[in-house]
Order: sequence, then C-alpha cells, then structure tokens
Amino acid sequence: MSEQYSSSKTDSRTPGARTELLGGPTTANTHSSALLEVRDLRINFHLQHSIVPAVQGVTFSVNPGQTVGIIGESGSGKSVTARAIMGLLPKKTAEVLGSVRFGGKELIGLSDREMRQHRGRDIVLVFQDPMRSLNPTMRIGTQIAEALHSHQEISRADAHSRVIDLLKMVRIPSAEQRSREYPHQLSGGMRQRVMIAMALSCGPKVLIADEPTTALDVTTQAQIMELLRELQRELDMAVVLISHDMGLAAMYTDEVAVMYAGRVVEQAMTTRLFKHVRMPYTRALLDSIPRLEHPSLEPLSVVRGRPPDLSALPPGCPFSPRCHFAQAKCEEPPVLETTAEGDRFACWFPL
Amino acid sequence: MSLPLNKNPISNSPSEHLLEVRDLVVEFAVRQRSGIKGAKVQAVSGLTFEIAPGETLGVVGETGCGKSTMARAVMQAERPKSGEVIFEGEDLTKLSNRELQDVRKHLQIIFQDPFSSVDPRWRVKNIVEEPLIIHQTGTPGERASRVAELLDLVGLDINIHGNRRPRELSGGQCQRVAIARALALSPRLMVCDEAVSSLDVSIQAQILNLLIRLRQELGLSYLFIAHDLAVVKYLSDRVAVMYLGKFCEIGPAESLYRQPLHPYTSALLDAIPNTDGRQSRHHDELGVEAPSPINPPSGCRYRTRCPRAEEKCALEEPRMRFLAPGHGVACHFPNASDTVQLSD
Repeated sequence: MSEQYSSSKTDSRTPGARTELLGGPTTANTHSSALLEVRDLRINFHLQHSIVPAVQGVTFSVNPGQTVGIIGESGSGKSVTARAIMGLLPKKTAEVLGSVRFGGKELIGLSDREMRQHRGRDIVLVFQDPMRSLNPTMRIGTQIAEALHSHQEISRADAHSRVIDLLKMVRIPSAEQRSREYPHQLSGGMRQRVMIAMALSCGPKVLIADEPTTALDVTTQAQIMELLRELQRELDMAVVLISHDMGLAAMYTDEVAVMYAGRVVEQAMTTRLFKHVRMPYTRALLDSIPRLEHPSLEPLSVVRGRPPDLSALPPGCPFSPRCHFAQAKCEEPPVLETTAEGDRFACWFPL
Repeated sequence: MSLPLNKNPISNSPSEHLLEVRDLVVEFAVRQRSGIKGAKVQAVSGLTFEIAPGETLGVVGETGCGKSTMARAVMQAERPKSGEVIFEGEDLTKLSNRELQDVRKHLQIIFQDPFSSVDPRWRVKNIVEEPLIIHQTGTPGERASRVAELLDLVGLDINIHGNRRPRELSGGQCQRVAIARALALSPRLMVCDEAVSSLDVSIQAQILNLLIRLRQELGLSYLFIAHDLAVVKYLSDRVAVMYLGKFCEIGPAESLYRQPLHPYTSALLDAIPNTDGRQSRHHDELGVEAPSPINPPSGCRYRTRCPRAEEKCALEEPRMRFLAPGHGVACHFPNASDTVQLSD
C-alpha cells in the first residue's frame, strides 16, 4: 500500500487533487500490480421499500506482507466490505459496484462457481466468533481436512498429516490429540487458532480477518495477533484487518482506513495517521477510548448522538450532526482530499 | 488471600462499609464423563473485600476467572458455599429469598447484553416501571412521573422513547433503559457486570460518563466488573485483579496501574494495544493459557504462566500482603522485590 500511495505522487494526478467522495474516480493507479485491489467499492442493499447504501466508495490495495486496517464502529460498513470482497453477499438483495481485483483478475461479477475457485483458497476470511463458525458436532481435525478436500485432490492420510502440520503451525500444543477434539473442548483462543489453521489450509495469499480477537481477552488477543503477524511473515500473505479497535490498528497495520456511515472518511499510513489526525471523527473515536494514562473519574470526551441511519443520511458530511466543528459548509458533501503523502481525508475543516 | 483486608491501613471500621465480603466461596458440581456428579470447581475461592459508600471497586480478570460468579454471589443469585456478604450491616447469605427481595431495592445489577436483560415485548416505560410495581411504590401517577424522571436521568426522553420496544432501540439506548430500571428503587450499590463491554467505543464513552455522573449525583457505589483494564481504571477508586477465583492484587487505581506489584497485573497491562504504537510487551509471559479452575495449580495459581515462578511458588500459597497503603499483593516475589527483598 505504501508504494501504492507514494507512487501516486508521480501519477498523472497532482498531489492534493480533489476527488468527489461519491462514486468519483479514485486516487489509485490505473495500472497497478497490488495483490488485492479494491477500487471504489459500493454496496447497496435493496430492501422491500428502500435502498440502503451500506458502503460508498472504499478504495485500498494490499501487497504481500502488508496489512491494511479497516476501522469503524458497528454499522459503518466494514464487515459488509469484507463480505463483498469474498463474494458472500446475497446476490438478490445486494448490489455490488466498483472493482475488486485479485492478482489483476476482477472478482466482482464472477459466478458462484468461479468465485469458489478463489474463496477459501486464494482469499480467506477469519470471522470474529469461532464458536459459531465451527461445526460443534465435528472433530476439529475433520473440519480442517474438509477444507483441504474441497480445494484439492488429497488422500486421507496426506490430509491428516497436513492437518497436524497446520495445528502445529498455529502453535496448538499436542496437535495430534487436539485434532480429535470437538470445538467445545477448546478455549476461545484455541478455537480462533483452529479457525486460522483452517483458513491457512490451502495456502491463501490474502487473509481478511474480521474482528478476529473481539471476543477474546486482552492476553489471548495479544497472542492471536502476534501469531497472525508471524504467520503473515512466514507465508508472505496480504492481510486486511477489520476492527473497531484503534489500538489494534495502531500496532498491527501499515495503513488504516477509517469508515463512518459506509464511507472512508480518513485513510493514511498508520504511523502518520496517529501522529496527525485530520478528520474530526477519527479524533473523536480516539478520544473516546478510555486510556490507561487517563486519570480516574474524569469524564471522557464523547461524541454526542449515535451513528446515522444509513437509509436516511444527512445531506453533506454524514458526521456533521455529531461534529463539534461542523459549520454551514458541512451541508455539502466533502470531497476526499489527498495530501502530498497520499493520505486521504473527507472533511471541509480538517484538524 | 485469606488475610482479611481490614488490616488494610486505609480501610475503616466494618460498620462504615456499604458492602463487606468475607472469604466468599462459590462451588459448582462438575459433571464427569460418566455423567455422575463428582468433581467440584471453585469458581470463587475465598474473596475478601469491602466497598465504602460512594466508592467504586473495579474488578478485572480474564474470561473464566470467576468475576461474574462473584457478582452473582454478591447478589445472592448464586448462593455461596461459604463466606459472608454483609450489605448495610446485614449478612445476605443468611436471608431467605423473600427477605432478599427487600434488600435488592438497594442492591441492583446491570449486565453486559442489554437486549437480553429486558423483555423484548415490553415498552420502555413499562420496563422501567416494573420494579416500582413489584415493590408497591407510589400511585400510578407518581410512578409515571418517576419513570419520566428516571429516563431523563439516563438521557432518554419519555415522549420519544417511552413507548418504544427494546428492538427499536440501539444498544446504547437499551443499556440506558437497563440502568434506568436498576435506578428505579434508588439503590446504594450497583453491580455492573461487563456493562459497557458490548458497546461501540463512542457509545461506551457515553455510558461511562453517565455512570460517573450518576455516582456524583446520587452517591452511588459500584462494583464494576470488566475485562478492559482501561475502562475499569477510568471508573474506579480501587481496583482488584482476579485470577482463577482469587484476587492477586488490590489497590488504589492510580498506584495499581502506575506500579503494578503482581506479575499478572503487569502482563495484563502489557497486553493492551495502544495507539502510540508503544511496543513494550513481554509475550513470553502470556505464552500459556490459564489452567482450568477444576484443577488449579498448587501454591500460587499464577505460577504456571509466571516468568518469575520458583519452587516456593508451587509449595506455598502466597498470602495477600500490603506493601503500600491500601495496596495489597498475593505474590512471593512481587515486582518491587526486583530491587528490595521484602519480608513477610
């Protein structure tokens, strides 16, 4: 991603070019070699009486070894973005526009059959809740083997030894014995390791982790995140980390996109973003996290109100009704501004 | 751990405490493979603490350490096996369920998931009014105005939200309704069991500020249980760190976070990701998962994960010692002992 953005300086586009936030062209290069490239992704849900624009213009790309974080609160569109990339949204109700390219190949518009070639093999998704994602009536070894069998011709014996290797790879002790256990016999952290083992079974190139540690304790969270980071290095994977946790993003990503009401409101290299936040929503999100340095019993600064209803968005900047800095100009939709470094933000009055 | 905390220099005489818990033990029967009840698990094994009026005690610990069981045992929702829970001078463990009903006016609890703690078919105003009806408080008119007042207190409007049902509320609003219901009978102690854990950060901050405001306005005390250390610090005067059914450290929030004495507290603090990208973490300390409370390690329960564990830790259970005013630690080799060897 870093190359992506630094190269945009030499792009035909001038630095600081103004791009329309909604549906306009984006800053990414037209000829790119990124492994996974999402460009101007838009998702509309067609309900019985209304159309809900769940995602409006998400653009990012990831290269092997890199991690991009998508951060936002519930309902900001982060998980829907992940599902759209995986081709998991219901075709009947979800309209997916824009482009998702994997190794140059367009994924949007592929049939289910074609998508299955990639899903689970090239691009995998690890969900938040391992208990709900695992089959409670199947031994974990069998479940992982099932994933192997569905993507390759492999003998039972080979599959078994591969399963043991995978469990060892995600640092599950006494792998042979664990492979015969059922999900309920494992702790939450162990289950998430099993999910990761299953995701890695076919040697994916892109791993999308949707809130992989949200249900876990801080100590377990640290273990799982370190494991993901090590495996990413070992296997040279591209990782998309979806989370609501700014702290996780700061520690484990190279680039962060902050989403609000289905839009990317700020996107920057992680180190730069946390040094200089431009969009008031990002600032507010950071300020509302209780920190260890914060003195006890002193009120936190809070964002008033709550995230808007996506089917009835305010005109202009979606954050303006909650923003301390909002002015009359905010009734107009802000353009996605690009800085000289290639960082982007959508705000008329950046901090 | 069994050392009573009233040796604690800052603690007052028992009568001044709102809640006093002494050697609380909660046991569950564990079904074994044959289906026969045999083994026992001590989810809470010997907790002693007190809460002064207007004070907040925060309790942190990992999943399965017994935090919620402790909350339930304080409420007498789970009758403890032994120990005392003295609330306003009365030992709740000796009261019948009928007698407890009266006590619960002043002792309320809010839970993690607001939607499952309210009846999905009821309207907000009825949910908040229910405790008033149960305790036969006031006339219908008085109750209605009390409901309006309570909703206003938690930042909701009876005209807007009063007639809604839980599914028409956001998670934060629903948690406000649960708080309003808990406040209906003017409690003195509110037990918050992961009350903000399932909320988005911006909503979490709103609810935390609400809890602080209520504490200031109503003089409430909280027993605030959470797994998020920063959240606990933010709300608490004192903090206790729990591991496998026991407290391993307890102390004033500021000093416990500034200078953690127990290696487990340090490990928990180091595991928190932070936005400064600070990388001062010791992952080797966390390499092992918590052992099962069905079969806890001998001696110090943390020794299997502790980088500093020595032979003594396996043989002898560390007792709670107070190394600073009000700041106790149950560890043979607390952090301060790196430089100075402290004697028992």
